[in-house]
Amino acid sequence: MLGKTVKTEVMATRDAYGKTLVELGRENKNIVVLDADLSSSTRTCVFGEEFPERFFNVGIAEQNMMGLAAGLATCGKIPFVSTFAVFASGRVYNQVRQCIAYTNLNVKIVATHGGISVGEDGPSHQCTEDVAVMRALPNMTVIVPSDAIETGKAVRATAEQVGPVYMRLGRPKVPVIYDEKIDFEIGKAILLKDGEDLAILGTGIMVAKALEAASLLSEEGVNARVIDVHTIKPIDQDIIVKAAKDTGAVVTAEEHSIIGGLGSAVAEVLVESYPVPMLRVGVKDEFAESASAEELLIRYGLTTSDIFHAAKKALEKKK
Amino acid sequence: MSRRIRSESRQLGPEESLLYNEELARKLVEKARGFRRDILIMTTNTGSGHPGGSLSCIDVLTALYLHHMRHDPKNPGWEDRDRFVLSKGHACPALYVVLADSGYFPKKELSRLRKLDSILQGHPDMNKTPGVEMSTGSLGQGLSVACGMALAGKIDNRSYRVYVLLGDGEVDEGNVWEAAMTAAKYGLDNLTAILDRNRLQLDGATEDICPLDPLPNKWRAFGWNVVEIDGHDMREILGSLDEAEKVRGKPTMIIAHTVKGKGVSFMEDQVKYHGTALSKEELERALEELK
Repeated sequence: MLGKTVKTEVMATRDAYGKTLVELGRENKNIVVLDADLSSSTRTCVFGEEFPERFFNVGIAEQNMMGLAAGLATCGKIPFVSTFAVFASGRVYNQVRQCIAYTNLNVKIVATHGGISVGEDGPSHQCTEDVAVMRALPNMTVIVPSDAIETGKAVRATAEQVGPVYMRLGRPKVPVIYDEKIDFEIGKAILLKDGEDLAILGTGIMVAKALEAASLLSEEGVNARVIDVHTIKPIDQDIIVKAAKDTGAVVTAEEHSIIGGLGSAVAEVLVESYPVPMLRVGVKDEFAESASAEELLIRYGLTTSDIFHAAKKALEKKK
Repeated sequence: MSRRIRSESRQLGPEESLLYNEELARKLVEKARGFRRDILIMTTNTGSGHPGGSLSCIDVLTALYLHHMRHDPKNPGWEDRDRFVLSKGHACPALYVVLADSGYFPKKELSRLRKLDSILQGHPDMNKTPGVEMSTGSLGQGLSVACGMALAGKIDNRSYRVYVLLGDGEVDEGNVWEAAMTAAKYGLDNLTAILDRNRLQLDGATEDICPLDPLPNKWRAFGWNVVEIDGHDMREILGSLDEAEKVRGKPTMIIAHTVKGKGVSFMEDQVKYHGTALSKEELERALEELK
């Protein structure tokens, strides 16, 4: 994967999800899918068309959906449960905690429409705290893929791993970073570009921007390492500590609140193992607003340029 | 094992069947009296727990575990076993005593209720207690889980049934009614719910706090087959559980009219015993009544 640059091809991670679900459905009859009246948006409808007997649209009743999934899982089914991130984490927090995390049942919560790139629907539908909430639950694995290819691999890996998973996907089309040869393993972050001056750790849609920022930095003679931290929990401590040791400065980038997400997870690792100057690019402690995804990413500080400037600041601190 | 006895009883003539049921009911009532003692002893011993709501549902649990349900304590993972979910998880002392009596774990474990390293948590934990099918305690979720189990049975064309016991205060939770609609949508006739209608919840009377009546009409309107019984009459309990199995195309709700604290005069219909164990002195008086 070394030396990867962002391609011009774009695809929404939710589209990759729907496509992979159908493949999994053909391979494993225990895969069942639940949705709460958002299946055309989450793309689970594709599964529903091919496997109507294993697809349950429960209506606008997310709490019930989580309990149903838990019950199905006790009987050997592998439920994939989808709705928007704001509902999949906040609306049903207690159901997920009680019926899925505490029980350690084999339920896969795949939430689409994470972050502010939801856009025009506004803050009621833009979830920027789901990773924080889900990361705090014992037994829960938390994954945020960065592109469509990685999403396909992650969904597959999720089906194979036994236990609860929260996966966060996005609404808009995003650049494709990987090709099919990607070596994806849950809990193992991917080194995308090597570098010794500082490390940029990204997750989700910010990984592509981290690569672009690294290109800009290289024009100034700064050699940045870029790592895709697709699994926020369990976090890949080794690659993070090594990055800190090798480079001496870290920037995290996520389309999530700077409270509780990737930035927090990385800070927790570094402060206990190898503290270095560190800056977090992410949504500040505020709700966003309605606008296009691109406008919001600019307004709320989630651009290539924001990562670039954070990197410069981190380098300053390093001196 | 119990399923075998039941099918034999169906082959008897009506009069014989009645006699058999009387004898069976008497036996189960006797067992339930012992379970009431165990519930009170274990909660007083540990100094906490929910005795009132345990006593209101113990007759139903006795009927389910000692006679009606098809289950095998020696093989708790048996795929075709009937499932039971205690949605009102705080009544777990009642579940623990019937599980211990069935042989899922030694009865001496009951004295370890709610203590450090115990297999018996303050609310049911499926990963710690053999025989517990689902971890519950946060109210309003057990019916959804039971629907999921019943749905899995339908998908795989299995013969097992799913039982779930709800509290009446519990149905204040909107989640319950979401599940009620799902059960009707998918025609889950392999699902029997029992509602422990003791008319009290933690802060007082259900009809004062969040009025539920007319409860049977509500469930009927949600597409369920509804039966009302005296939840302390063993023959009514057994009969309603049998009847529910004959219904096709819809789930059954058995509204069991019960008395909180049933069996101990000073506990009956008293909200203070919802979440408070008896003192040692009270326990002695209670055990005297339950001889």
